[in-house]
Amino acid sequence: MIKAILIFNNHGKPRLSKFYPYSEDTQQQIIRETFHLVSKRDENVCNFLEGGLLIGGSDNKLIYRHYATLYFVFCVDSSESELGILDLIQVFVETLDKCFENVCELDLIFHVDKVHNILAEMVMGGMVLETNMNEIVTQIDAQNKLEKSEAGLAGAPARAVSAVKNMNLPEIPRNINIGDISIKVPNLPSFK
Amino acid sequence: MPAPIRLRELIRTIRTARTQAEEREMIQKECAAIRSSFREEDNTYRCRNVAKLLYMHMLGYPAHFGQLECLKLIASQKFTDKRIGYLGAMLLLDERQDVHLLMTNCIKNDLNHSTQFVQGLALCTLGCMGSSEMCRDLAGEVEKLLKTSNSYLRKKAALCAVHVIRKVPELMEMFLPATKNLLNEKNHGVLHTSVVLLTEMCERSPDMLAHFRKNEKLVPQLVRILKNLIMSGYSPEHDVSGISDPFLQVRILRLLRILGRNDDDSSEAMNDILAQVATNTETSKNVGNAILYETVLTIMDIKSESGLRVLAINILGRFLLNNDKNIRYVALTSLLKTVQTDHNAVQRHRSTIVDCLKDLDVSIKRRAMELSFALVNGNNIRGMMKELLYFLDSCEPEFKADCASGIFLAAEKYAPSKRWHIDTIMRVLTTAGSYVRDDAVPNLIQLITNSVEMHAYTVQRLYKAILGDYSQQPLVQVAAWCIGEYGDLLVSGQCEEEEPIQVTEDEVLDILESVLISNMSTSVTRGYALTAIMKLSTRFTSTVNRIKKVVSIYGSSIDVELQQRAVEYNALFKKYDHMRSALLERMPVMEKVTTNGPTEIVQTNGETEPAPLETKPPPSGPQPTSQANDLLDLLGGNDITPVIPTAPTSKPASAGGELLDLLGDINLTGAPATAPTPAPVPQISQPSFLLDGLSSQPLFNDITAGIPSITAYSKNGLKIEFTFERSNTNPSVTVITIQASNSTELDMTDFVFQAAVPKTFQLQLLSPSSSIVPAFNTGTITQVIKVLNPQKQQLRMRIKLTYNHKGSAMQDLAEVNNFPPQSWQ
Repeated sequence: MIKAILIFNNHGKPRLSKFYPYSEDTQQQIIRETFHLVSKRDENVCNFLEGGLLIGGSDNKLIYRHYATLYFVFCVDSSESELGILDLIQVFVETLDKCFENVCELDLIFHVDKVHNILAEMVMGGMVLETNMNEIVTQIDAQNKLEKSEAGLAGAPARAVSAVKNMNLPEIPRNINIGDISIKVPNLPSFK
Repeated sequence: MPAPIRLRELIRTIRTARTQAEEREMIQKECAAIRSSFREEDNTYRCRNVAKLLYMHMLGYPAHFGQLECLKLIASQKFTDKRIGYLGAMLLLDERQDVHLLMTNCIKNDLNHSTQFVQGLALCTLGCMGSSEMCRDLAGEVEKLLKTSNSYLRKKAALCAVHVIRKVPELMEMFLPATKNLLNEKNHGVLHTSVVLLTEMCERSPDMLAHFRKNEKLVPQLVRILKNLIMSGYSPEHDVSGISDPFLQVRILRLLRILGRNDDDSSEAMNDILAQVATNTETSKNVGNAILYETVLTIMDIKSESGLRVLAINILGRFLLNNDKNIRYVALTSLLKTVQTDHNAVQRHRSTIVDCLKDLDVSIKRRAMELSFALVNGNNIRGMMKELLYFLDSCEPEFKADCASGIFLAAEKYAPSKRWHIDTIMRVLTTAGSYVRDDAVPNLIQLITNSVEMHAYTVQRLYKAILGDYSQQPLVQVAAWCIGEYGDLLVSGQCEEEEPIQVTEDEVLDILESVLISNMSTSVTRGYALTAIMKLSTRFTSTVNRIKKVVSIYGSSIDVELQQRAVEYNALFKKYDHMRSALLERMPVMEKVTTNGPTEIVQTNGETEPAPLETKPPPSGPQPTSQANDLLDLLGGNDITPVIPTAPTSKPASAGGELLDLLGDINLTGAPATAPTPAPVPQISQPSFLLDGLSSQPLFNDITAGIPSITAYSKNGLKIEFTFERSNTNPSVTVITIQASNSTELDMTDFVFQAAVPKTFQLQLLSPSSSIVPAFNTGTITQVIKVLNPQKQQLRMRIKLTYNHKGSAMQDLAEVNNFPPQSWQ
């Protein structure tokens, strides 16, 4: 079972933190302690570490990967295969890449909620849900479309505009026949 | 009120903050705005506000006022709101909040929603943080969704079911019928999660396991799926680096492992497929290695045929030679697991493992060290020890303590000769002397005493070792003790094994005095040195006056311990000179104490007052006087004498007066030729474990038959039992052994047991075996209490327990009145 998923940058600032099961009081401490353990590691050593004291000691392992400025750390217990988790981190990052197009740290900073949603499609309750990248991306796209159709987070101004658009203006006849003169009333596109 | 700013704006603003204080200010301002917006019950902007709140929560700021808002969002009809609401619930809420139960109804409705994504959200949240009540209520819904044809929902429902089973194991039966068809799916996502569900069920309940083995024909199904995966060739949607859905393969292998464990039929059914996977998988990438690793673990766990096992170990051997650190780490870990069962096979790879000791990677070095210790046996002890000593020299400090302990243990078990053993110990002491655990010193001393013929050699080598450098405390302690004991052999130059060195008595005294004076010596070491000097007064002939002078100087030392010793020794010179030679005779050979090796804390002579005796102030323990005061206050102290226990230390202390009486009854078993008149003559400079030998065996040779033991205290999962022993020859002494055990799920640390008895009794508490009571009754703390009851009054005792449990300090007082009459009559 996966106990925690943490993403932080080279200076220790958290970019994503998800705990299964949730533990309110020690969250920040765990992030700090994990950062200390992981940042001390050399570049060419193996990617597995014993967990620190706060996160469950020697039963739990930290499996991490370092991509550019970010550390992706999964804290797992002994029921997970270490090499498998390494692959999972890779799949996760590739999925992020697909969803965000050449993902970089700024994307993670400004779209934390989207990253959480992607993660929720992959890992649920500490267990791996789906590992097929295309499947995940398809689901995420469908959900985003659903959201957009409701006009999303930045809804209010857009909603105002859409409200006006949906206003029921009385029908203006297109052709007013006054005798033989056919005057075409111009379309008023701004009220469409 | 102006519209709240968007999440993006907030993030941008926070990032412009230069200092922590600025950031905090911004966040507080924003929090205030959010709070007032919540109060206004603003529906349109609620999701925006909650999103911002979640961001701030991730940075570490408190966000609990948003919990109720999350619930309102979940109840809303819009998908956006629900999404943020559920995310907030997962991040901010847990079982301990009362608010979370309100979600149950919302989740129930959403589980039956028309949109599959909403259903998915509900399943996700329930699976992440559902409490047992919620799970009980909603298990039916989850089970329904497990049977749906929508694969997106089915896989989520399967994992949600796993969570439900974890929280409420009784509901496992409910999901059984739904699992029948799970493995017939084509969708790999569903297959994967179904295998997880089946794994969880099999792990939790042996009945389920048996059921799946017999009735469901699970093993053939899984074998079929696995075969399809391997043989199917390239399928672009599941391909990871050329292998078809490795995650599913690994999961299936793990489930096969559980099914095949201890079961011949299932194991037989799997043999072929395991061999196939092991040989056909490509090993150039991490994925292939992951599958192989899982296969190897499965082969080792089930009852596979021997050819397969050999194949597995060879694969591990190949892993060890791989360049990738991760693979090597994983190989070392699995070899450690299998070394118990397939010892010979692993021995073949010994040289590679020993090479890994020289790796640069800390994690690999640690694994290799553990594995090396497991592989040491009588045949390879010399070669391995050489490597291990070299490792000890060059490794990081965090390893040195473990490595030293391991070396001692291995040397003790497999030493080919006494000289080799002593050489090895010397080597360890000189290279890693300051990292050797304190409890190793008494063990070493005992070892040295036991090898009678090596005394001269040993003392000579030790003397040479500390001549140059006396900063490594354990080394100096052992050396001081030996010089004190065998100083006469040293100056007479009697060594056979080695070239004897010419040492005069003055030189020996010089070195001991410099140890006494040196700033680097701890109080304990000084104690050793002073006692050694004193012993030499009987062994040396020409320097007795010098010794007298040194001893009298320390009679006014600031260190209480030294002062006490010096004063006593002075008294010995002045008033009891006739007893001196008898008192300071050679130590007898020690009774071999069964320890678990140097890593176990050897029990020592902690004692109490009466006055002329010393209690060593434990350097790291709590001050005894404050504990005594506490007990006095609580007991309203006039009729109770408090007892000061000592923290577990391994410092030797001198025998007490009370103890002298007890010793009067004891036969030192196994006393060899060099034993002086035993027991009735107490030895002042007794090393700690003389009495340890006694405490691990029945304390008296003439024990009265079976006094019933009692449970003295049982509360909050902590149980303390008293067992009794009495002697026919000294009927006023009762020895009580307490055992503390812990049946909760968390360890109790810093456990301290204190006791007080009425004034007519005298109590003595020896040091406990440790200060941690492990959880689930996996171990106990033992401690010995000696009660002197000359007036044969009814035994009563008040006990005080302090410990740390679940992160908080606990304290309890209790009175023990149910002592059986045989224990004091």
